[in-house]
Amino acid sequence: MVALSMAEAPSGDRSARARALTVLLAGILAVMALISLHVGAAGVRPLPVLADWLSGREVGLRDRVVLLDIRLPRLLTAVLVGAALAVAGALMQGLFRNPLADPGIVGVGAGAGLGAVTAIVLGALLPAGLAGVLGLHLVPVAAFLGGWASTLILYRVSTRGGRTSVATMLLAGIALGALAGAATGLLIYIADDAQLRDLTFWGLGSLAGASWAKLAAAAPVILAGLLAAPVLARALNGLALGEAAALHLGVPVQRAKRLAILSVAATTGAAVAISGGIGFIGIVVPHLLRLAMGPDHRYLLPAAALLGAALLLGADMIARVVVAPAELPIGIVTAILGGPVFLWILLRRRGLVDL
Amino acid sequence: MLIAKGLCARLGRKQVLQGIDFAAAPGAVTCIVGPNGSGKTTLLRALTGEIASTGWIGLDGADLRRIAPVHLAERRAVLPQASGLAFPFTVYEVVRLGLLGRNALSADAAHLPDRALQRVGLAGYGPRFVQELSGGEQARVHLARVLLQVWQPVLAGRPCWLFLDEPVAALDIRHQLQIMALARDFAGQGGGVVAVMHDLNLTAMTADRVTLLRGGQVLAAGPVAQVFSDTLLSRAYDCALRVNTPPPGGGAFVLPQAVA
Repeated sequence: MVALSMAEAPSGDRSARARALTVLLAGILAVMALISLHVGAAGVRPLPVLADWLSGREVGLRDRVVLLDIRLPRLLTAVLVGAALAVAGALMQGLFRNPLADPGIVGVGAGAGLGAVTAIVLGALLPAGLAGVLGLHLVPVAAFLGGWASTLILYRVSTRGGRTSVATMLLAGIALGALAGAATGLLIYIADDAQLRDLTFWGLGSLAGASWAKLAAAAPVILAGLLAAPVLARALNGLALGEAAALHLGVPVQRAKRLAILSVAATTGAAVAISGGIGFIGIVVPHLLRLAMGPDHRYLLPAAALLGAALLLGADMIARVVVAPAELPIGIVTAILGGPVFLWILLRRRGLVDL
Repeated sequence: MLIAKGLCARLGRKQVLQGIDFAAAPGAVTCIVGPNGSGKTTLLRALTGEIASTGWIGLDGADLRRIAPVHLAERRAVLPQASGLAFPFTVYEVVRLGLLGRNALSADAAHLPDRALQRVGLAGYGPRFVQELSGGEQARVHLARVLLQVWQPVLAGRPCWLFLDEPVAALDIRHQLQIMALARDFAGQGGGVVAVMHDLNLTAMTADRVTLLRGGQVLAAGPVAQVFSDTLLSRAYDCALRVNTPPPGGGAFVLPQAVA
């Protein structure tokens, strides 16, 4: 072991470690997924059922419903939402060149929420043709639009001449969040009883309502956002040096920024639409990964998707287990894990004291 | 050739560049000098396409503004006055960013950052974090990054440009000399160097040609011996300056005169 590390010249290149960690994270996610299929109130064991199913034997209706209609969609929802939240955080931090930028903290989540609530309450006013085209996708798409508008406004307000003011960003985020919250409140006020029921289910900040239908509605939007991320990796690496330096390195800065904002809005919006407000994944995951493998976005973004998915799966299991057979809203679990990490980042970055 | 004609640029409401003609040749070091606020940095930023400007800018015969960023990045690198860094990159990783725009990298590309670090006197600094280095060391890390971006094409005989905005402002005298020697070296390989400079003596030692700015206009441009005269420099900087020629080497050096 010593000889190995002696033989390797200390070059400061962390890409080999980043690749190894990414493989490890993929393994962890796979194990977590298996465990998550296992954990639940019904006491169904997934492996024997799967073996039965593969060998053509009859699978009990109860086993099938629990595994295929309850646990599997919930598992996939947690994976997608966790990946989306973590990647959205990493993208936003790269775009704003700041490790504290997170969609949940700077009002983008609230904007996406406003979009979702608008769709639920006012969706009936849409022309039938448009509503028909969007169908189930209406809420995720509206959440995407809300997140997109708030990211755009936030960027315009807090960035001037290629430089982002952290103080302005955080304060503008508070203002945007408050505005979106007020508008959301207004919509809830005028909502009728049936809509209120939808809103309550939606706003739980939970994966409890996961279903194939909801997953099918949000997955395309999330996947579109996630697929844009690798394209942005090199651009975000360049942007870490500032906009001018990125331009000189050959990054098409304006195009990259526009795509990053769209991708943040798509991932955040659809994640919010499917699971309500789940906080701190977007700030904790990229931060831990930067410590472990460095800030190179070519590795950070895929690893963030994996770790985000694994972390949300874990949080979901905790939420399901600690007060079983009832369950905690998962947002509480992520906040308990993430709040201290956020404070820790604040304390480590002493420079922020002089905002 | 890098040629600008009738270049005008404004920052906010202020017209900073007022009809500048500028020329720099490959294989030469061209320095831009002038007092604070004379438009040196703005001129450099306009010449690199970083800020909007009017007038003609031609890079090796092509309209600079029509060259896509990714192609421009293969032909010229820019060292800004100050470089920020948002995340904890290692020195190696920052220098490697110089190759960001390249799609196809040769097999030995992994060693190129180390070689660039050697050139700026930072051999072995690869694993350290940039934010932990002194200001002068950080400046040299970024210099290694921009050198890496265009050094290989120059060696391959392609026209390449290095734009330096006060490359030695943060450095001690030994590293000032080292960096200017690097600039000379780059020009010696056939590359073009355009540098904004404050130190007139270092400029006199390094530059082939000088453009002297004052109030957003060109006061004089030409070989050092021609531009560095008592009258021109005193007028440009609005204070009494005397240019002497010392016996060894024969270059010009500039002495400030006590205010009468």
